[in-house]
Amino acid sequence: MSQPVAPVRHVLIEGNKNYHNITEDLCSPTEKAPSREWIVAFSLAAALTGFYVFCVAWTIWKGIGSWNLNRTINWGWDITNFVWWIGIGHAGTLISAILLLFRQRWRTGVNRAAEAMTIFAVMCAGQFPLIHMGRLWLAFFIFPFPNTRGPLWVNFNSPLLWDVFAISTYFSVSLLFWYTGLVPDLATVRDRAAGFRRKMYDIFSFGWTGSAKHWQRWESLSLILAGLSTPLVLSVHTIVSFDFATSVIPGWHTTIFPPYFVAGAIFSGFAMVQTLMLITRKVLHLEEYITINHIESMNKVIVMTGTIVGVAYLTELFIAWYSGYIYEQFAFYNRVFGIYWWSYFGMMFCNVVSPQLFWSRKIRRSIWWTFFLSIVVNVGMWFERFVIIATTLARDYLPSSWSYYSPSWVEIGLFIGTIGLFFFLFLIFTRVAPVVAVAEVKSILKVAGDQYIGPKAKHAHGHHAAVKTHTED
Amino acid sequence: MVSDNTKVLYGLYNDEEELKSAVADANHEHLDIMDVFTPFPVHGLDPILGLQESRLHVLGFIYGAIGCLFGFGFMTWVFTSDWPILFGGKPYWSVPAFIPITFEMTVLFSAWGMTITFYTICGLWPGVKSKFLDNRITDNKFCIAFNVTEASESEVEHLKGFFNRTHAAEINLKQV
Repeated sequence: MSQPVAPVRHVLIEGNKNYHNITEDLCSPTEKAPSREWIVAFSLAAALTGFYVFCVAWTIWKGIGSWNLNRTINWGWDITNFVWWIGIGHAGTLISAILLLFRQRWRTGVNRAAEAMTIFAVMCAGQFPLIHMGRLWLAFFIFPFPNTRGPLWVNFNSPLLWDVFAISTYFSVSLLFWYTGLVPDLATVRDRAAGFRRKMYDIFSFGWTGSAKHWQRWESLSLILAGLSTPLVLSVHTIVSFDFATSVIPGWHTTIFPPYFVAGAIFSGFAMVQTLMLITRKVLHLEEYITINHIESMNKVIVMTGTIVGVAYLTELFIAWYSGYIYEQFAFYNRVFGIYWWSYFGMMFCNVVSPQLFWSRKIRRSIWWTFFLSIVVNVGMWFERFVIIATTLARDYLPSSWSYYSPSWVEIGLFIGTIGLFFFLFLIFTRVAPVVAVAEVKSILKVAGDQYIGPKAKHAHGHHAAVKTHTED
Repeated sequence: MVSDNTKVLYGLYNDEEELKSAVADANHEHLDIMDVFTPFPVHGLDPILGLQESRLHVLGFIYGAIGCLFGFGFMTWVFTSDWPILFGGKPYWSVPAFIPITFEMTVLFSAWGMTITFYTICGLWPGVKSKFLDNRITDNKFCIAFNVTEASESEVEHLKGFFNRTHAAEINLKQV
């Protein structure tokens, strides 16, 4: 690429790589026998996935009565998990789409894996609304199709139906975006493979040749898909928040929900990307492609979105007090100091206090701190959804029906099981496709490779000569 | 792209800058390039090659407009004529409530339409048997290919001379 390089740009590819090194480093994990760590992790994930299938079967066989939901608290871990997973599924598209539009080059190191993560997270999320219907075999009723019941149509005015459209659109568009990006890289793997593997990658790479006209269209398609995905990703969590905000339950009926949910989604999504990428870069030896600079950039997003979420929590409390409306005031008093006070304080600590540590450059660039805090944020964001759902429902309009809820083993199993499913899919992905976008990394080599910029720069290469003397920062 | 029994003379370059200057030289010499293959999108190559800007985005807009009208029109038809139902005293034709689904349908149609069009016009689908010139094109080589099926011996020599002058790392003749 021939854009001018600003002196503040970070080195994003270390180790004095050339194009062939990049191919070699990024494709080889799919070609070697799996490492012992991979086999152990995969067995564990497969076992948890098996347990997940068992819990789903149990739920369907026994009915929703096998969960501890009750008349008052009729959404519990199921919808909490759903919103949590959907939130996690936001970072992938954010990294690939919004950062593509903003021309952030560091996206190339993490976008492919983050998009895969999006797809797997949305798959995990989608299971919960389906199984919580109870009669899973009637789930097709959510689609507006000509039927023998009138035809009686679905309620297009309902946010729950908007959610069906939003999530299925999001899933399918993310899949297109991810796979179209992957096709040239699968072709790279194909051209290194032989025998059966070559045949398989031949099919999956769609006969990609790398023709100039194809690349031009590919870039055009990527850009437009990014442009479409950007409002799409914002719409999805907005619509998820409508599930709550358009109801007339004090504590849910607030206009702050859409931006607050979107910020929270990006926050938790980036935290999950950090958790995954820190493990992946270590296990697959990708430290030169997913550098500390990448990690730091993501931590900056985390501290910003975490702060937005914190402001939203405080605004909620302030507006509840300022409304002068006692039911609203009670709902929020109850949220903070009520029976689930521990989850509120857990949420506040994990989501608002802990990410503030990232103001320190040292912590932002520390692998261990990042890993630890990414887990803390994920826990905190789960608490957030639980706080919103369970505390609000537990104290409804009729004090006689006030209730408490703790999950049954089936609900816990479903949650743990989806984590297993998520890693199961991700681990398969790391074996069959390059987890870092090969072609895109090559395209930024001359503006972000450590032999061209930064303190180790040594190449005076055509128009890049001007940048070689710049040092980092 | 390449039909059966095409003879292709291609040169491989090690760097995209060499490729770009070679393409520019080929233009000067009025050589008819069949295609250029690169491991990643090389920016600045399209104008030298004389490739027009892709019109995929125009189609994207059209598909999106169809999705938008379809989504909104379908909901309108269902709730005003096919089976009107009152929900909480709201009007049958409750436009604001239709906006989220209309938006999603716009994005859905546009994304799927464009992606399907992309693969179709590029001739890329599962099971497509493309005629690959060289395995290293998806790795680290930048390739200029000439169709020499009907070229004379001297024309081929002339093209080889061009590759040598422009510092191609390798020159190959291949029947594909």
